[in-house]
Amino acid sequence: MALRNYILVCGGTGCESAGADSIYKNLISECELQGVADEVQIIKTGCFGFCEQGPIVKILPEDSFYVQVKPEDAKELVSEHIVKGREVARLLYNKNESKKHAKVEDIEFYQKQFRIVLRNCGFINPENIDEYVAREGYAALEKVLFEMTPDDVINELKVAGLRGRGGAGFPSWMKWNFTKQVEDDVKYVVCNADEGDPGAYMDRSTLEGDPHSILEAMTIAGYTCGASKGYIYIRAEYPLAIKRLEIAMGQAREYGLLGEDILGSGFGFDIEIRLGAGAFVCGEETALLASIEGERGMPRPRPPFPAVKGLWGRPTVINNVETWANIPVILLKGGEWFSKIGTDDSKGTKVFALTGKIRNSGLVEVPMGTTLREIIFDIGGGIANGREFKAVQTGGPSGGVITKEHLDTPIDYGSLTGLGSMMGSGGMIVMDEDDCIVDVTKFYLGFSVDESCGKCSPCRIGGRSLYNLLDKITKGDGEMEDIDKMKEIGAAMKKASLCGLGQTAPNPILSTLHYFEKEYLAHIKDKRCPAGKCKELISYNILADKCIGCTACARKCPVDAIIGERRQLHRIDPDLCIKCGVCLETCKFGAVFVR
Amino acid sequence: MAVADSLSNNTADANHEMNPSDTFPMIDTIIEQYRDTGGALIPVLQSTQNLLGYLPKESLQYISRALKIPYSEVTGVVTFYSFFSTVPRGKHVIRVCLGTACYVRGGKDVLETFSRELGIKVGETSEDRQFSLEIGRCFGACGLAPVVMIDEDVHQRVKPTKIRELLVPYRNGEES
Repeated sequence: MALRNYILVCGGTGCESAGADSIYKNLISECELQGVADEVQIIKTGCFGFCEQGPIVKILPEDSFYVQVKPEDAKELVSEHIVKGREVARLLYNKNESKKHAKVEDIEFYQKQFRIVLRNCGFINPENIDEYVAREGYAALEKVLFEMTPDDVINELKVAGLRGRGGAGFPSWMKWNFTKQVEDDVKYVVCNADEGDPGAYMDRSTLEGDPHSILEAMTIAGYTCGASKGYIYIRAEYPLAIKRLEIAMGQAREYGLLGEDILGSGFGFDIEIRLGAGAFVCGEETALLASIEGERGMPRPRPPFPAVKGLWGRPTVINNVETWANIPVILLKGGEWFSKIGTDDSKGTKVFALTGKIRNSGLVEVPMGTTLREIIFDIGGGIANGREFKAVQTGGPSGGVITKEHLDTPIDYGSLTGLGSMMGSGGMIVMDEDDCIVDVTKFYLGFSVDESCGKCSPCRIGGRSLYNLLDKITKGDGEMEDIDKMKEIGAAMKKASLCGLGQTAPNPILSTLHYFEKEYLAHIKDKRCPAGKCKELISYNILADKCIGCTACARKCPVDAIIGERRQLHRIDPDLCIKCGVCLETCKFGAVFVR
Repeated sequence: MAVADSLSNNTADANHEMNPSDTFPMIDTIIEQYRDTGGALIPVLQSTQNLLGYLPKESLQYISRALKIPYSEVTGVVTFYSFFSTVPRGKHVIRVCLGTACYVRGGKDVLETFSRELGIKVGETSEDRQFSLEIGRCFGACGLAPVVMIDEDVHQRVKPTKIRELLVPYRNGEES
């Protein structure tokens, strides 16, 4: 009997943590209970990208998009949608009450997206190789092995104009070509899945949703460059991605797509997984290689570049997850097709993790050249809670902020660098007027200081000095000369640090000093934090005309700093208050305010 | 052993109190699995910590001899990576995410509340060895910020006022 419906349940980390697995199990048991198990296929897919609305369930062929589904909703979804053929209106995504937004194509979040990297995420069961194959999976590998020479492959990548998606944007074909040209009987292929940039999870979702695409691409690189062994270096924080990669590798070996004599071509290639152990600097390629070798993950001076002298001194092609995910599509559809997407400077698409104070948090993939305004306001739905947009941070601890005036800049590698930020791996953190720029900058510096490996002194000492200056400013002890000091130290670190971490660590400071100098001055001269975030510069108070004396805040206060009898005006004792903000969160009458 | 297995936090409690030399045969089994692996030290340490809950000095010395890697290098690696611990950890490991998305959505206040509630600082373990408090650098669940991971459970959109409630099942040993 033909299947009547397909039910796709999002199985990304976000939705899983919100009960997707129970939804999946309940749907299966409900279909059995209601006698429709034979007519329905229920599939757990990778991330749909629209994480804000999770857990997400999509039912085909109607293309109904159900959001914020709870495990107990399974019964109604089956009895109404599957059995009776009626959509469950209360669970459909519906932003405007007046208009019904039921189908994926009607949802603004997806309308400007163009999916190459995330092509299979949310469509296939990542734990089933047949579903990948059904969507042209491993067709590129077959084409490469039987119809293309290594030079053909490199030429195709050159025509495509693909640049590395890990941050630096180095042309991928050049890397591959360097490794191919070196004569050595042992070479390696490495996938950098050590996605450490806080606020970025593109690679995790790709690995969870479409692990075979990475295996296929690495095998193609092995054939092209003459390597027979690959490593995937992945963060230990991503257990689900690791599990799905292991399943995928097992299935690929079973199908003769990994291992000896792939598809009878005589070419052999296999992959091993290595887990990170919690060091951000291992995302830097030479540090990553040191870590695979079992050493402290400290960067090594380049040149020699890994393409020539990498893992165990052998030529090594190393690319990040997103770069790999592009490869099979480029080889199937051709470099020329790919080169028509994007801008002159940057071809193809870029996946961004859109987070922070944005209405629609999630993963978005857009053609290069899309403007920030389109991403933040059209796709992302603008700022949550009616607050005002302040800035967007790109490039993580290595990047900078972009302000309102530059929202219409088309995004590519060059334009972001021109604005004093960078593409980075694709984290995009939106900030509103409640976020203190100095505080967020201190956060980034704190991160870089924590993660500095300590090998070179510009990074080790310079980073700490910058952090101390910022700390002093946020505590109200800043002096005017601190601004020049920060600029000076930052310039020295950029010049003299050994690796990317130290060279880019001052970027958040230099960028925010440029765009938000006033906010620094408010902290230094007026001893005031305009956003009300820096604890030493603010106080919590109670508005006399709003407080009804309900004692809710006083009962929650962890240090008993709120004084006041029932039905009488409360008061916060500034000497006892630790400024934790619990009273502000607790008060239902808007009587607590920050000054 | 599947790589994923070496991640789980299901440390046997009894092992905490075992005489370190009693665990050497188990470490031998681990080392045997990585005999032909280049750069075996880190996978061996990861599996050993999974087995024992932490890396006692005696185990590190044993690994150093078995792999013929100087003890100084072994401890160099152990202290470099934040995942390795040379002191016993609590029954439950609380990791408060301080990735950027969680930070701007109030992760720092969540962390401070946990610290106050448990009476321990980041990196410390409560006296009853029930809880260890650590910070996380992005679990990739940014859409659900602020996020806290207790053992393997991800708790989303955590509010400081709800933390006492959140800890109850773990305190009573009723966690999922």
